Amino acid sequence: MTQHTVEHQHPLSARSSVPRGRLARTALTAGFVLSVIVVVTVPLYGAYAATGTSAGTLETLAKWAPLILLGFGLNLLMSFIAMGIGTVAGVGLGIAQVSQVSWVRRAAWAATEMFRNTPTLILLFMAMFLLPFELRFGDLVIALPPWLKAILGFSLSMMAYVSEIVRGGLQSIPTTQWEAAEALAFTRRDTLRLVIIPQCFKQMLPPWMNVYAIMIMSTPLASILGVHEGLTITRSAISAEGQPELLAPFYLFLLALFFVYSYPISLWTLRLERRYAIKH
Amino acid sequence: MTDASTLPIVRIVDVHKSFGLVPVLQGVSLDIARGEVACIIGPSGSGKSTLLRCINALVPIDQGSILIENEEINTPSLDKLTLRRKVGMVFQQYNLFPHRTALQNVMMAPIHVLKQDKAAVETRARALLKKVRLEGKEDSFPGELSGGQQQRVAIARSLAMNPKVMLFDEVTAALDPETVKEVLVTIRELAEEGMTCVLVTHEMGFAREVGNHVYFTDKGKIVEHGPPAEFFANASHPRTREFLNQIL
Ligand SMILES: Nc1ncnc2c1ncn2[C@@H]1O[C@H](COP(=O)(O)OP(=O)(O)OP(=O)(O)O)[C@@H](O)[C@H]1O
Ligand SMILES: [Mg+2]
Repeated sequence: MTQHTVEHQHPLSARSSVPRGRLARTALTAGFVLSVIVVVTVPLYGAYAATGTSAGTLETLAKWAPLILLGFGLNLLMSFIAMGIGTVAGVGLGIAQVSQVSWVRRAAWAATEMFRNTPTLILLFMAMFLLPFELRFGDLVIALPPWLKAILGFSLSMMAYVSEIVRGGLQSIPTTQWEAAEALAFTRRDTLRLVIIPQCFKQMLPPWMNVYAIMIMSTPLASILGVHEGLTITRSAISAEGQPELLAPFYLFLLALFFVYSYPISLWTLRLERRYAIKH
Repeated sequence: MTDASTLPIVRIVDVHKSFGLVPVLQGVSLDIARGEVACIIGPSGSGKSTLLRCINALVPIDQGSILIENEEINTPSLDKLTLRRKVGMVFQQYNLFPHRTALQNVMMAPIHVLKQDKAAVETRARALLKKVRLEGKEDSFPGELSGGQQQRVAIARSLAMNPKVMLFDEVTAALDPETVKEVLVTIRELAEEGMTCVLVTHEMGFAREVGNHVYFTDKGKIVEHGPPAEFFANASHPRTREFLNQIL
């Protein structure tokens, strides 16, 4: 049923979907293979360039790799949760930006612009120092460890970007659609839910993925707040080993992890963008 | 006894409307009886669309009174949703929901607005599509239909709410000449069944044949009106004459 809808809405893309799909898949596969090669060879090359003898460095890297991976796992976890919170809050804020009530509209606009034009690092510091280290509700004590606070900081900037995407998407639908729904006695809420959002959902997907890709890249900022994510652990590992020649291979390893994760996302985003660019 | 059936279903009294400083309606009054087909003609920008939009409160009026079935709509306590269930509207550009099939377009409002039973709504929606001669197009998306077909889906969509009055705003203006006829046939059938219709149109032939009353608007006022035969033969106001000479 959904498939059906998609095909009919975009007859051009449906008709040419076979070659286009194959092309995109080939590009994806090629990209992924490339990134795997990068993740393996770049640290090797770094190790080689740094020491001339790759064996010792590699062993050290192998020893630390599981811990760095674990740290990177925290980067992913923070990005997932921040994306979830940021998306839910951002959709609400974006809808508020087109509210008919002018103070709601203005407040939503102000919040969006404020968080969108504030460096993520500042949001992180705000979350870190303005929030207590634990919340008490009578007997209930909720600890707020740095990683949780960091998630909040990332969520705020994600929220602001999503809000802008949603506002743009909603406003891209011609007002005649609002009018038609209004004339059929739809409430504003039903108009949004049944008429407007379904029509702009697809075009909002690529920019949303873009924002996510940018956000995952900014998660190492959390290391400044002492969160034990990938970058923090990599730095500790290097200093624990006390060998400056480990710097390049270790950082390259971390870089490669981010690359392997993000590159397919950006390829996929590109593919969606191209697909949705063709309108009836 | 002046019961509801003898009262005009739409009564418009001295309606004024400005957009900013631009006066668009400057004292419009007219009565439309139940089952009547009222045709509004006039030059571009004379306020025809605005008048229709005032009737279902898409545009609030500044001054005057509009009564639908004897209920005032120019009041802050107006329940717009109740009003719009009574008054259906069809637009020049069809304005179908492009992400839904023809059948779904017709079913949406009764299900989500009137909260009617889905199976019953579907039966009625299929019957309505059949009535506008679109049997077999139920599962087509608007983008796959011709302009005339889309406009008939839009009419069926509006009828699905069981309105008491239908407003048509230049519904054939965007169509090519062959498809104009299919849409006009549909409207004529509706009129013959006794639906109250208010049409803004440039189809003078249709106004003459199907209309019960013709109103000529210019600069936000009704300049002249009358039953079609009389109107087209005897319209005397210079602006009406000028307009008719241009268009006929
Ligand atoms: N929402 C609006 N805001 C500002 N001005 C408007 C608005 N809607 C209509 N107008 C103006 O009101 C005047 C009358 O418009 P209206 O659409 O009612 O004319 P019309 O008789 O339907 O013309 P046409 O035959 O071209 O459809 C025009 O000058 C138009 O620019
Ligand atoms: Mg008009």
